[in-house]
Amino acid sequence: MFILVVGAGRVGSAVAKRALEAGHEVSVLDEDPLSHEQLDKDLPESWEDAGGRFTVGTALEVDALLEAGIEQADVFIASTNGDNTNLVIAQIAQRRFDVPRVVVRVLDPARAAWYAEQGLHTICPTQHAIDLVERAALDPAA
Amino acid sequence: MYVIVVGAGKVGWNLARELLGKGHEVTLIESERRRYLIVEQELEHAVQYGDATELWVLERAGIQRADLVIAVTGDDEDNMLICQVAKEKYLCQRIVARVNNPRNLQHFKLLGIRPAVSATDLILRLIEHEVPQYGLVQLLALEGERLEIIELEVVDGAPAAGCRVEDIELPDGSLIISVLRGGKGFVPKSDTVIEAGDEVLLILDPGLESAITPQFTRNGAGPG
Repeated sequence: MFILVVGAGRVGSAVAKRALEAGHEVSVLDEDPLSHEQLDKDLPESWEDAGGRFTVGTALEVDALLEAGIEQADVFIASTNGDNTNLVIAQIAQRRFDVPRVVVRVLDPARAAWYAEQGLHTICPTQHAIDLVERAALDPAA
Repeated sequence: MYVIVVGAGKVGWNLARELLGKGHEVTLIESERRRYLIVEQELEHAVQYGDATELWVLERAGIQRADLVIAVTGDDEDNMLICQVAKEKYLCQRIVARVNNPRNLQHFKLLGIRPAVSATDLILRLIEHEVPQYGLVQLLALEGERLEIIELEVVDGAPAAGCRVEDIELPDGSLIISVLRGGKGFVPKSDTVIEAGDEVLLILDPGLESAITPQFTRNGAGPG
């Protein structure tokens, strides 16, 4: 599969590396050239030598998305550090480029829930943390 | 009318002030604390502090009963999402969004955010209005109504120059609504003679421009 990851922070870069290891084609788009270091970290060779792609650009710029290969993408992962950016680019990937699978990271539980109802595959780390902390603190069996 | 304005920058603050002056009920939402405190000195309870991309902030402002939501922050993603939830989650009838970067206009359209207003585009149109060598200027596009108003300068030697309005070969779905001559505008009648140098305003169905411009340019050539 061709996987496009937008936003190479902790989550995005880790998922990108795992996907590459699993044999997928992986392209990463980030506006910060330094985020490339997140990708090289813990790899025996550079990200490109390992077969990955990296594009510097802003996710809302269609040219950057095209350069990163959005038209070929089977999977689109929106994992920048901004909820609003993620929600917008995920909808662009879904509605304009018809990417079959779009996953979007949203920290705000309320909007993660509402956009999930609208058909976006949202992942809410905050909600997971709430559930885990609640269980650890209150569940007598934990 | 109850209006929620998001973003207390120069645009939002003045907009809120104007709307209040016209007797509307207004809530202005600002996410930056210092800006909020400045604006609050003037607008008092009409301004609220918070990030309006968060649903609870919109709900606290009473979005369920808002007649109009205007998103004029400096961030296009925020403006898009605020209007999207206002329209689709809270079923607000009317929204207006500000486009900061004209290149993002396509994204507003994709998400169904209309009208989306770009100051850059508006200023560009005004410039084109003042500098008529572009030939054709689109003055207004009513996308929902599928109508446009354009302005054309009648070139010397054009088919329409010296012609009566009723004799100009215009496609169905277009109409000359105004003539600007010597700095004055008037509404022409069917026997008004169009002169070279006139600027004519036409209302038309979108897409008819290319059928109309040859009548007002020389040798039927389109605008350069």
